[in-house]
Amino acid sequence: MQVRGEGYSVAYDPATATVTFQGTLRLRGAAEYAPIVQLLDEVVAAAPETITLNLAALRFLNSAGINVLFKFVIKVREQGDSQVLVRASSQVPWQGKSLKNLQRLMPALRLELE
Amino acid sequence: MQKKFGDFVEPNHTDQECLIIHFSPTSLPLQQRWRTSGLSADFLAEYWTTFFPAHDVPSRNKQIEIKGSINYIANELLENVMKFSYRPADLPVSLGLYLYQDAFRFYAGNAIDPQTLDEFRNFVQQLLTRDLDELYIQQVKHNVEDESGDSSRLGLLMMLNDYDARLAWKFEPASQDSDVIVVTTMVQLAL
Repeated sequence: MQVRGEGYSVAYDPATATVTFQGTLRLRGAAEYAPIVQLLDEVVAAAPETITLNLAALRFLNSAGINVLFKFVIKVREQGDSQVLVRASSQVPWQGKSLKNLQRLMPALRLELE
Repeated sequence: MQKKFGDFVEPNHTDQECLIIHFSPTSLPLQQRWRTSGLSADFLAEYWTTFFPAHDVPSRNKQIEIKGSINYIANELLENVMKFSYRPADLPVSLGLYLYQDAFRFYAGNAIDPQTLDEFRNFVQQLLTRDLDELYIQQVKHNVEDESGDSSRLGLLMMLNDYDARLAWKFEPASQDSDVIVVTTMVQLAL
């Protein structure tokens, strides 16, 4: 499963239950993020033991995109079947600043900032 | 009638290093213009690194951090002015960035829809007076329910919460005889 656009890609590897985000995401609101939301919904529905979000190569994410991540985490938490691991980079400033908020919504979420 | 919320400081055009971009909102459809906010934010972020050269690890880290913060804040402000500019007023939107000794100040201006003015002012008042953590979680939960997917309020909360920015607003008529209200959002980012 993959979503590609100008300057970004979001790809799911079922073998490792990992969603990898690359590039810059500055889409305009719910309608434009819908394909990515759909991909994430399918991952949640597959209910792997741990879902890994690999964000280290995502250089920029606007608030609409952070919103998508928040909604995803809430869905996973409510479904109750999967844990979440977020791999991020300390070299990408927004990640160190904003991703810890995901843990406010799902305290068991693991955030690895390398 | 001019109304200020928060600690709004008027921009200083004469003595400060500044860069101001004006967009005419009616010349292109929003979809094509959307791309310009990212382009502009990238340009602004890169431009201001000129004043923060990297010659060792600490200064390099500082440059990366400033660039990331300018990129996020400028992008968010531009997305907001593009989204919320009141088109019937036919006024340009603008983003100005000023460098002071201890801070950057961003000023984003747009005409505002009179129908949403009161609600927006109430929100601004909440941002300045309520507990931010509580507001943040409340907004995230609200966004989950809200299919329209407007994240602009979350974007402002993230500036306050994640970037330790200070926000202020000025509401004023577009001109002396005008009924149209223009809002200027000021974001102060400490250096």
